[in-house]
Amino acid sequence: MCLGIPGKIIELYDQSGFLMGKVDFGGVLRECCFVGLPNAQVGQYAVIHAGFALNILSEEEARITIDALQEISDLASDSDAGNE
Amino acid sequence: MSDGFPLADGYRDPTLVATLLAQLHVSVTHPWVIMEICGGQTHAIMQSGLDQLLPPQIELVHGPGCPVCVTPLELIDKALDIASRPEVIFCSFGDMLRVPGSSRDLFSVRASGGQVRVVYSPLDAVRLAQQNPDKQIVFFAIGFETTAPANAASVLQAEALGLTNYSILVSHVRVPPAMHAILGSPQSRVQGFLAAGHVCAVMGYWEYPPIAEKYHVPIVVTGFEPVDLLRGILMTVKQLEAGTSEVENAYPRLVTREGNPAAQALIQRVFEPCDRSWRGIGNIPGSGWKLNHAYAQYDAENKFDVASIQTRESEICIAGDILQGLKKPLDCQAFGRQCTPQNPLGAPMVSSEGACSAYFRFHNPMEISQ
Repeated sequence: MCLGIPGKIIELYDQSGFLMGKVDFGGVLRECCFVGLPNAQVGQYAVIHAGFALNILSEEEARITIDALQEISDLASDSDAGNE
Repeated sequence: MSDGFPLADGYRDPTLVATLLAQLHVSVTHPWVIMEICGGQTHAIMQSGLDQLLPPQIELVHGPGCPVCVTPLELIDKALDIASRPEVIFCSFGDMLRVPGSSRDLFSVRASGGQVRVVYSPLDAVRLAQQNPDKQIVFFAIGFETTAPANAASVLQAEALGLTNYSILVSHVRVPPAMHAILGSPQSRVQGFLAAGHVCAVMGYWEYPPIAEKYHVPIVVTGFEPVDLLRGILMTVKQLEAGTSEVENAYPRLVTREGNPAAQALIQRVFEPCDRSWRGIGNIPGSGWKLNHAYAQYDAENKFDVASIQTRESEICIAGDILQGLKKPLDCQAFGRQCTPQNPLGAPMVSSEGACSAYFRFHNPMEISQ
């Protein structure tokens, strides 16, 4: 129910006064409602739930988290190697 | 399968999962009970086997964040009544069709000739209303804060299109009042919370600091991938070990403190707070949303005169205790025997977010048979 699927915004358009868009879910295209994201832009990734765009996925934030974890992981590997 | 997001694989990276698990094993020194609110997270944890990899001191209990599970029996019986009418096309998310009412479910209504359709989105139901002007289209609008904006948008779209044959049967519930109810119970064992990431994508987490402060529990907004879940658990454990009770965000690529103000505005335009009965738990004051006066004409409960309903619950199902984190599915004598996904006694065995369904699909079969 609260399942949210990330997809790439391919197109945004007005439909009877409602902001709608086409979203690419790994090759599957679907029309979604963007009334909740009036500033969305083509090329961004959004999380879609029940055909409604909940929010924009931040690539920058995603990268910060992964980079920080990668750094810890590398440090742990170096430490293990040093103990051998 | 890749979802296309460039960094998605990083959140499933086995090396990073191992790093987080190692940190967790080092950090934990006491036994802790942590509740994941969201049933989607329950399934993600069990599907990825994280529950088997956590330090034994960490006990995860499963919360009420399964809208299919907590939709009150009375409303399901109303849905069954409305769906049986010849002038109605009743639309619902697929999970609801097998949820047992007092005497039958929506599948059996469909088998008896009722027009019950599964839709992906409430906006699909609005399209059906456009295409079928001689029919009444009713959408079963269940869900938490995540689903409320989509349901609100469907009502606004029906209004913009001048449709008078569209209505919704509303059973919206909200997370913060449920957290108050769980933590306020003298039976509660919950010491920390993983807050539901997609609820917070809409609502933010500005509502949570008073809860963390009042009950002295850390609350960490958490996503759904293995790395997200372990980060959320690790941040919660670090707080528990340090004796702090802050609200933190382990899902910053989607969630901000403020959430999505435009989506919140949609909810406020169409809905207003109300008391709501949760199946298996009971009434929780201020825990729901209903259509407000301006949109009352779209309320299926106003449109269809449903006679007073006598509900009847299974006597052996312990769904209420499971939804409050007081018991686990394996504590139920009916689990996997009288109660299976094909023949469920309670909604948690049906839903793709139900804890019983998660245990049935992903838990060690040897443990189940014992």
